Amino acid sequence: MFKFILKRVIEAIPTLLILITISFFLMRFAPGSPFSSERTLPPQVMENINAKYGLDKPVMEQYTTYLSNVLQGDLGPSFKYKDFTVNELVATALPVSAKIGAVAFVFAVFFGVGIGTIAALRQNTWLDYSVMSTAMIGIVMPSFVLAPVLIYLFSITLGWFPAGGWLDGSAKYMVLPVLGMSMMYVATFARITRGSMIETLNSNFIRTARAKGLSFSYIVLHHALKPAMLPVVSYMGPAFVGIITGSVVIETIFGLPGIGKLFVNAAFNRDYSLVMGITILIGLLFILFNAIVDILLAYVDPKIRF
Amino acid sequence: MLTKKQNIDAIDSFSENLEIEGRSLWKDARIRFMRNKAAMVSLVILCVITLAVIFVPMVAEFSYDDTDWYALHQAPSMVHLFGTDSLGRDLFVRTFIGGRISLMVGILGALVAVVIGTVYGATSGFIGGKIDRMMMRILEILYSIPFMFLVIVLVTFFGRNIVLIFVAIGAIAWLDMARIVRGQTLSLRNKEFIEAAHVCGVSNWNIIRRHIIPNVLGIVAVYSTLLIPSMILTESFLSFLGLGVQEPMTSWGALLQEGAQTMEIAIWQIAFPAAMMVITLFCFNYIGDGLRDALDPKDR
Repeated sequence: MFKFILKRVIEAIPTLLILITISFFLMRFAPGSPFSSERTLPPQVMENINAKYGLDKPVMEQYTTYLSNVLQGDLGPSFKYKDFTVNELVATALPVSAKIGAVAFVFAVFFGVGIGTIAALRQNTWLDYSVMSTAMIGIVMPSFVLAPVLIYLFSITLGWFPAGGWLDGSAKYMVLPVLGMSMMYVATFARITRGSMIETLNSNFIRTARAKGLSFSYIVLHHALKPAMLPVVSYMGPAFVGIITGSVVIETIFGLPGIGKLFVNAAFNRDYSLVMGITILIGLLFILFNAIVDILLAYVDPKIRF
Repeated sequence: MLTKKQNIDAIDSFSENLEIEGRSLWKDARIRFMRNKAAMVSLVILCVITLAVIFVPMVAEFSYDDTDWYALHQAPSMVHLFGTDSLGRDLFVRTFIGGRISLMVGILGALVAVVIGTVYGATSGFIGGKIDRMMMRILEILYSIPFMFLVIVLVTFFGRNIVLIFVAIGAIAWLDMARIVRGQTLSLRNKEFIEAAHVCGVSNWNIIRRHIIPNVLGIVAVYSTLLIPSMILTESFLSFLGLGVQEPMTSWGALLQEGAQTMEIAIWQIAFPAAMMVITLFCFNYIGDGLRDALDPKDR
């Protein structure tokens, strides 16, 4: 097991290097600059600015400097927010996104698996049909359709929850963003769980367990749940990626001061270092999470362990 | 005795009929697909929507960029079926013209993804060995790159160009396709007819082109119908952030974004585009499910 984890970690290094390289050269070869504005600055001023941010050096030298800084955990100064470093900006935005994302993810997994299991146990009854057709709506309703609908229903019409804002993450302000972000994944998890649960319940070892006279609830919890979780665990990776990507839209709609909104603003402002910093950070999160999913998979499915 | 003889005759004629009606995989699949009511209904609705997005903007009395300062934020009426937007443009026409862009991006994006994914997966699975391992490593590396973020960067820095959006989102989506096709190819590789082709001296590329690709076409068809809705979603995602198509041209995502800002006073501005998009996505999902059930070899 330890060897397996070590192998995953070593494999992640080239991925991260490639990501840093791609985002660096994409920035450098993009037309326009973060300092171009309507008022053209005198050349001396431009020279000073370029010298301050090291933009006057040859590209390869800039690249090696940046790379060594990033490896030491320093993402450099922000080009637009003059008094802040990228690290500081990210440190204020990350907790917000992490909180919503984590709640949305946990909600999606538990709720999705829960209703998927119920639908599987009551297969082909009205309960199954109603749960699964609701899930289909969840799948085709993207977050940027669902979120305005939620705001219209619960903020404008009913007035139960605020339509936006954060207020240090009090529960009231988190309900709608979490719902908007996670419904699609609740639905997908439910569909996946239902399918794999039905398949598992029809397999031979379950029949054996029933023949031994074990109670049905015991069989579901102790025999069927673990093998049925295999496709669920493998979908956790894409779901995590989707929730992080979705945060861009959700944070824009609800006006939350998170990473997604910071990223969009940075892209619009051409704040190269901030954009690069966030891209690398998100890439690192993806890699970490994919590794965790692989380890979980190895735990659920002994066949993968080698 | 007599009844028995009749029975035997009946069975004989029945078996003769069976022999005459040899059914191919595709015919079999078509029959099964036609029996699936949800999928057939979806197919019909989708055809109607496709025809509508092509022809409605041509014959409608308004054009998508005609502003009318005397008809701002008008509720749906006989003149403006879906109402008007904040610049007095007819939303009925805009919804369909937006649908044209969304569907086009969806289909072309899926096409790019399918072509790259199939060729990559088939090559990797067919050649095998070291090259296969290397190609799969590359795929794994690409998997952990946050593409959506790179696309946002690409679009903001290099201009909002519809072609760039096609290529960018098509290039993200081929990864899954490549994996699926590779798995299929691996199992096809050891079949006798491939060996026979080898013995006849057919080149590798021709085996991939003539034998492997046609055989994985079924699963490719299923996944492409499921890819189109996700491409439409990706395009809408970008348009929603204001990075997609440019005004006055529009797409469903862009319409939703405009509608979301004014929904307190003009709910129809978001309701109609959202409904159109959701219906379309529903149809694609049901058709994809229907195709999968129809073509699934496990079911046969």
